Amino acid sequence: MLETFLQFLFSGITAGAIYALVALGFTLIYNASHVINFAQGEFVMIGGMATVFLADAGWPIWAAAPLAVLLAVAVGVALERLAIAPAREASTVSLIVITIGASILLRGLAQLVWDRNFHTLAPFSGEEPIRVLGASILPQSLWVLGGSLLAVLALGWFFGRTLLGKAVIATAHNRLAAELMGIETRHVMTLCFALSALLGALGGVLITPITLTSYDAGVMLGLKGFSAAILGGMGSATGAVVGGLLLGVVEAMGAGFLSSAYKDAIAFVLILVVLVAVPRGLMGARGAERV
Amino acid sequence: MTAALLEVAGLGAQYGRVVALHDATLAVAAGELVALVGGNGAGKTTLLRTISGVRPASAGSIRFEGRDITRLAPARRVGLGIVQVPEGRQVFAPLSVEDNLRLGAYARGRERSAEGLARAYRMFPALRQKRDLPAGSLSGGQQQMLAIARGLMAEPRLLLLDEPSMGLAPLLIAEIFAAIADLKRAGATILLVEQNATQALKIADRAYVLETGRVVLEGSGATLAQNERVKAAYLGM
Ligand SMILES: Nc1ncnc2c1ncn2[C@@H]1O[C@H](COP(=O)(O)OP(=O)(O)OP(=O)(O)O)[C@@H](O)[C@H]1O
Ligand SMILES: [Mg+2]
Repeated sequence: MLETFLQFLFSGITAGAIYALVALGFTLIYNASHVINFAQGEFVMIGGMATVFLADAGWPIWAAAPLAVLLAVAVGVALERLAIAPAREASTVSLIVITIGASILLRGLAQLVWDRNFHTLAPFSGEEPIRVLGASILPQSLWVLGGSLLAVLALGWFFGRTLLGKAVIATAHNRLAAELMGIETRHVMTLCFALSALLGALGGVLITPITLTSYDAGVMLGLKGFSAAILGGMGSATGAVVGGLLLGVVEAMGAGFLSSAYKDAIAFVLILVVLVAVPRGLMGARGAERV
Repeated sequence: MTAALLEVAGLGAQYGRVVALHDATLAVAAGELVALVGGNGAGKTTLLRTISGVRPASAGSIRFEGRDITRLAPARRVGLGIVQVPEGRQVFAPLSVEDNLRLGAYARGRERSAEGLARAYRMFPALRQKRDLPAGSLSGGQQQMLAIARGLMAEPRLLLLDEPSMGLAPLLIAEIFAAIADLKRAGATILLVEQNATQALKIADRAYVLETGRVVLEGSGATLAQNERVKAAYLGM
C-alpha cells in the first residue's frame, strides 16, 4: 500500500513540476500585462517536438535541447512583438483572443513543419528505475524535478536579486511610474514572453521522454498549467508552483486509486472545489497586492 | 529668459477626442523654480506627462537645452535628466523602500546608485529606517518622501513635481515644501504643479496659471500671489 502510494506520489510530483513550469509562464505574462496567454502550452510542445526532430537529425541531446528551447523563446518573442505589442491598446479580452489564435496557428505550423505522429525521446540518463522504499523512480523524473527546481530558483534569484527583475515587478505593478523611471516597459513585456516561453519549453524537453509528444501536446498541458495557476491564485508565483504540484499529485492519486479514465476530470473537479471555497485561489492576492 | 532649459511651445494633448491641453506655452530656465497652478482637470498632470513623453503631444513642441524632444521615448528623456515625481506618489508598493530608490536610478547605473542612496537617506532619514519594508507599508507622507527621493535618484536636471502635497496633513505639507525649497537652494531646476497655490507661489520664482488646458496668466510668484483673479480662484480670498 505504501509502495503504491509512493509510486503515485512520485509520478504526481513529476507531472506537477511540469504543470508548475507552465503555470509560472502564465503567471509571468499575466502579471506583466493581465493577459492570459493561451499559447503557453504551445511553448511546451515546441520544446519537446523541436528536441525530438533535432535528435532524429543526429544532434546530441545536450545541443538539441537548448536549441529547441531557444526556438521556443524566439517564437515567444515573435508572438509578443508581432501580435501582442501592436494591439497594446486593445482590451485584455482581445489580447487573450489573439493568444488563442496564435496557439491554433502554432499547432498548424507544427503539423506542417513536423508531422501528426506521436514521438518520444530517449531518457537523458537511462531507463533503469531507482528503487525508493519499494517504489521505483525513473531517472528521467529526477531530471524533471531537478530541472524544474533549478528553473524556479533561477527565477527567484532574477526577481529577488537583480535590478532588471525588480524593474519587471515595478512594471507589472505600475506601468506609468515604471516608464517615468526610465524603464523601457515595451522591452519588459517582451522579456516576460521570452521567459515564459523558456519555462514552457524546458518543461516540454524534460517531460517528453516520459509522456511522448505530438503537435497537439500543448493543448492539454496548457490547460493543466492554466488550471494550476488558477488553483494557486492567478498572479502568485508561489501559488503557481503549489498549484502545479497539488494538481499533479491529486491527478495521479485519482488516476491510481479511482480510475485513470477520470484523470483529467479529477483535475477540473479539484479546481471547481477550490475556487468555490477560495475564489482567489490558494495563494491568491487579498486586496490590491499582486506579484 | 534666452537660455531656457525647457521650452514648451503651443503644446496640445488629448485623450481620444477629449482635448486636455491647448496651445500651452511655457519655459523653465536652469536653476529656476516654476510653479504651475490651476484647478481640478485644468490639464496640469497632462502637461507634465506630455513633457515626460508618457502621453503623446498632438500639437506643438518641447525643447530641452534647445534640442527638440517632442517625439523622444520616455526612457530617453529620463536619460537626458527630465524626471517626474508623479501625482499620487505611485511608489512600487510590493517592493522595498530601497528597491524603489534603486529603480529611481535605473537610467543611471550601479555606482551612481550607491551614491544616490546615501544622499537620499541623508535627506530623508525616516526612509533609512524603513529601507527593507515594502513601500506600500509606509504612511502617506513617507510615501511622498520616497517618491521624491526616488525621483532624485535619477539625478534630474529638470525635476517635475506633480502635487507633492496632495492629501497630506499640514505638518507634512510644510516638510515637503521645505524639502523643495532646499532642493532649489542646492541649484535644482523644478517645475512644480500644485493646487496648494498659496505655498507654491511663495517659494516659486515664476508661475503659470493653467485653466481648461490653456495658460491664462504668468508672472513672478509674488506678482501672481497679488493678482485678484488668482486670489479669488486659487488662494481662497
Ligand atoms: N485618462 C484619461 N482619459 C480621459 N480623459 C482624461 C484622462 N486623464 C485626464 N483626462 C481629462 O483631461 C483633463 C485634464 O486632466 P488632468 O489630469 O491633466 O488635470 P489636472 O490639472 O492634473 O487635474 P487635478 O488637479 O485634478 O490633478 C480633464 O478634463 C480630465 O477629465
Ligand atoms: Mg493632476
